[in-house]
Amino acid sequence: MDTHERHFDRELANLKKKLLSMAAIAESMIDQAISELVTRDESVAEPIAQSEQQLNRLQVEIDEDVVKLLATRQPVAVDLRFILAATRINSELERIGDLVINITENVHILAQDAPLKPLIDIPRMAETARKMVRESLDAFVNSDAALAQSVIMTDDEVDALKDQVLRELLTYMMADPRTIERALALILIARHLERIADHATNIAQDVIYLIQGRDVRHPRTPKERPPEPPA
Amino acid sequence: MIIKDVTPKLEAIGLNLHYGRFQALKEVNAAIRPRAITAIIGPSGCGKSTLLRCFNRMNDLIPGVRTTGRVLLDGHDIHGPGIALTQLRKRVGMVFQRPNPFPLSVFDNVAYGQRVHGSRTPRQLAVPRSHLYSIVEDSLRATMLWDALKDRLDEPALDLSPEQQQRLCISRVLAVEPDVLLMDEPCSALDPIATEHIEELMRKLAKTYTIAIVTHNMQQAARVSQETGFMLLGELVEFGPTEAIFTRPSDERTEAYVTGRYG
Repeated sequence: MDTHERHFDRELANLKKKLLSMAAIAESMIDQAISELVTRDESVAEPIAQSEQQLNRLQVEIDEDVVKLLATRQPVAVDLRFILAATRINSELERIGDLVINITENVHILAQDAPLKPLIDIPRMAETARKMVRESLDAFVNSDAALAQSVIMTDDEVDALKDQVLRELLTYMMADPRTIERALALILIARHLERIADHATNIAQDVIYLIQGRDVRHPRTPKERPPEPPA
Repeated sequence: MIIKDVTPKLEAIGLNLHYGRFQALKEVNAAIRPRAITAIIGPSGCGKSTLLRCFNRMNDLIPGVRTTGRVLLDGHDIHGPGIALTQLRKRVGMVFQRPNPFPLSVFDNVAYGQRVHGSRTPRQLAVPRSHLYSIVEDSLRATMLWDALKDRLDEPALDLSPEQQQRLCISRVLAVEPDVLLMDEPCSALDPIATEHIEELMRKLAKTYTIAIVTHNMQQAARVSQETGFMLLGELVEFGPTEAIFTRPSDERTEAYVTGRYG
């Protein structure tokens, strides 16, 4: 069957490019925030704030592009799902940016005092969350439903790490009330990283919707789950 | 093509059609459900109008046409022995792309079918106007023309606007009490507002009649139909709920067509 490239395809490619820029910015923000935590070097705070502004600008731009495309192109099928996925994904990425800012605020609190303990689990969480963001966007670019599915499964790892961090810091706080401020800051950082992983999971679910036309958010019981369409 | 929960009004089973040596329909299996609107879409020359015309044997009028397979109306083969073609075409009416009112008055257009079908012998051809009047009124009411035309029934139908002419053609079909309306691009000659009015009329009529519409306007198919079939080069490539065809079609050819990548 003969197909041809439409002007619309160029507009869709442009949209994809902007989403990938947003993802790259979000990933590097996560990296910088955790590096700031570990090295206690607050000079990265300003670049992170500027990156967050870039994310916000891109989100608005993408949403404007989407409205225009919906009005002028009346997209259907895969194009429609792509455009809907784009609005959802850009919203998740913008939230990730907000969460990184929240992390830097807690890093600032921690930088005022001596380190409470060596940081092991939190950097692990950050690395996993960052990888989830990267892989969910890879799945998006390459229409890779299997990769998207594996991102969704990885969320459990991050949740488990967060619980571990919480339990460990609770014992610190119970042993010595003077650690509470720093322990709370660390718990909040862990919480923000867990939320970042949740947003990456949401992106992966949006990617599955785009590829397969299946809405996999909020799965019902196995009995009610709709059958997967043939590949 | 099996509809699990509803007995189809019309069915094509293993339908093949040749115009001379050219095969216009290839093993088409389709089921049109009752009291719903089914749309058939596809690029020019795909066979959609040919398929539509199979449902009331209009293709019989074309020399050199050869059909194999079966077409069923309420489960009965319309090519079977004992099928009266005029009766078939009364039950399965057709509306065309260009409104084609007869060069008669509004009244005589709508009454024409009843005058022809209602009569049993030539002696009864002169059916009293009063008897026909209520049929004409009901048919014009059904297409929402009555209020505009009730005082203009003797005016020439060709003086009406294109939209009114198309409604009149629909009234003409309804006057002989069909089961099915076959509509071949019924809005192509109409402007967007008139199109919207006719689509609204179709939705209303679908509560009572079975409607099959051929259209090259995909947005129209998406708007009005409950089920849509996509045809390509004589083949019925995909058939299913309209919402599925336009959000996640199963066949990549369907997707290429509805997204405008085909061609």
